Amino acid sequence: MAKSPKSSALSQEARAILNSKVSRRGVFAGAAGIAGASMLTACGGSSCDVYKAPAEAATLRWGNWPLYLDYDEECAYYPTLDKFSRENILNSQYFEDYNDNDEFFGKVQAQLKLKQDIGYDIVTPTDWMAARWIRLGYTHKFDKTNIPNAGNILDTLASPSFDPTREHSMTWQGIMGGFGWNTEKVPGGVRTLDDLFAPANKGKIVVLSEMRDTIGIILRSRGVDLQTVTEDQFMSAVEFLEQKVSDGWIRGVKGNEYAEDLKSGDAIAVIGWSGDMFILKNDYEGKFDFAIPESGGTISGDNLMIPYTATAEAKANAEKLINWYYDPAIAAEVAAYVNYVTPVKGAQAEMEKIDPDLATSEFIFPTEKTMANLSVFRSLTPTEETSWSEAFLKASGI
Amino acid sequence: MKKISTPYLLLLPGFAFLLTFFVFPIVSLAQVSTATPVSGGDIDDFEQTFRFRNYLEAFLDSREHFGRSIIYALLATLIALLISYPLAYALAFKSGKYKNVLLVLVVAPFFTSFLLRTVAWKQILGEEGFVVPPLRALGLISESTTLTSTAGAVILGMAYNFLPFMTLPLYASIDRIDPRTLEASGDLYANGFTTFRKVTLPLSMPGVVAGTLLTFIPAAGDYVNAELLGGPNNTMIGNVIQSRFLIPDYPTTSALSFMLMAAILIIVVVYIRKAGTDEVV
Repeated sequence: MAKSPKSSALSQEARAILNSKVSRRGVFAGAAGIAGASMLTACGGSSCDVYKAPAEAATLRWGNWPLYLDYDEECAYYPTLDKFSRENILNSQYFEDYNDNDEFFGKVQAQLKLKQDIGYDIVTPTDWMAARWIRLGYTHKFDKTNIPNAGNILDTLASPSFDPTREHSMTWQGIMGGFGWNTEKVPGGVRTLDDLFAPANKGKIVVLSEMRDTIGIILRSRGVDLQTVTEDQFMSAVEFLEQKVSDGWIRGVKGNEYAEDLKSGDAIAVIGWSGDMFILKNDYEGKFDFAIPESGGTISGDNLMIPYTATAEAKANAEKLINWYYDPAIAAEVAAYVNYVTPVKGAQAEMEKIDPDLATSEFIFPTEKTMANLSVFRSLTPTEETSWSEAFLKASGI
Repeated sequence: MKKISTPYLLLLPGFAFLLTFFVFPIVSLAQVSTATPVSGGDIDDFEQTFRFRNYLEAFLDSREHFGRSIIYALLATLIALLISYPLAYALAFKSGKYKNVLLVLVVAPFFTSFLLRTVAWKQILGEEGFVVPPLRALGLISESTTLTSTAGAVILGMAYNFLPFMTLPLYASIDRIDPRTLEASGDLYANGFTTFRKVTLPLSMPGVVAGTLLTFIPAAGDYVNAELLGGPNNTMIGNVIQSRFLIPDYPTTSALSFMLMAAILIIVVVYIRKAGTDEVV
């Protein structure tokens, strides 16, 4: 089970970070569906010192998932990105409009095929989608001399099957998939699939629309190795899910919105992601909790990649940015805000300086024992990707 | 010669518009709908093989969703009609000097985003909204019953979202009714109900037909309400089209879109024939 510091034990600085994050999330909940593009703009506050690049500075455009970079609410800017822009005299534009892997791919795919600018110099797809981009040749190969910090990547992440030498992608954050629950409604907690589908939870369960997490966790409860999963094993797990959906156990198969359902009480037990659950747990002072299933959870990563439509200048600057975020001190600053698994060696030591409590957080720095219980879903062939996704969607009712 | 060509020249912009924004997309959709994945190709490679079986397979896989969409849309239209008719009637005949203010209020929800209003309903009907706790305290719903993630929530959401499309045409046609026809009916000893049945309702039929069409057509293709207010057992055809589009499985998506268009077209044609009004279309 993942442990995180009790909220009362959190330092004031960490609480401020968390609170600012949660209030931002609240704003997002209200504006759900209307993705706001946040750009670095100067603010009016007198205490704010936000960098404004000179007009001739090069532009660097980065599309990332919402709430995935340290943010200063008061001055409305991203501190680590601001520092980077200042040091490199760049006009960095940050867009929080990567909401869904398939949706984003659908949006830019036609331009990629025609080699037209997609409006981003850095994108952040999840492993399996990163594999697709690389396979289709839609990414630039890194010039590793521009990324001396690349060696700081955790050993476990250094050679994924889709990019064995990390020449096209570098992990942005790691995501653990496991069980989340409302501790008031489910006092016993959720540690096995049977706990999740306990009669008391019927109709108030939400599972992730990311099939590799939901089906991955079901498969692991059956002792299946996700690295060698076969079509029969996968389809049998999908059938299990389909039965649970049609019998009314599951009220939703969703992306990030499961967090809203937990907050509103509509869901009391979920298959969810570590970072979201960490925020809920702290914001509601223990009303929610998260655990890696006893039979094993999933781990995946989101990857920084440079679309091959980026210009040579933008590519070099994007590599500088990747190098910047692989500096342990910077990585620790980001991790203190996002609370997902940090991919950078040495960030734990740097975190000691920012917040000693967070330095022991299993959410950000899972121990080897925890890591051993997490596994990665294997790469699928294009045919499998289509037919397995279709089967999963059908089981989800669509 | 010149005289003959003038009307056609005047029609050119209209034809150009239709060609660009209707004919081209439809032809492209038709082409994709009979394509199949290139064997050994990647995820977004399709080739034209004129495989009309795509339609049959897409239909068989999603017949439940088609049925659900039609039923949900019909129920939403009916509810909207039952709410809108008295509303439009009151607006036309009973609102006096407040008429304009009330009309603005009917349209007012459009000032905020469709999505936001639907998300708001999710909150209202949610476990900790202000509907569920009182109902539970009164024992009207059990601990395990929820209002969101149900067919009822989806249908009500659609009825709510499309209400102004029903109210405005109804209002326009009721407002045109000469009050003297109602007085005449009374003079001929018809009671209120008979007057409504024999005079008001027939005269307002163009509004009823227009309003029901304007509600039914978007409701049948809607996916936002099912997405936000429904659960996995309340998904509609729009949700299937969206999800297949993102896989990406363009042939299935195109075939489903065509069938949805055809289904709606048939229902609308039959309905207009039955309703027998020339004024609307």
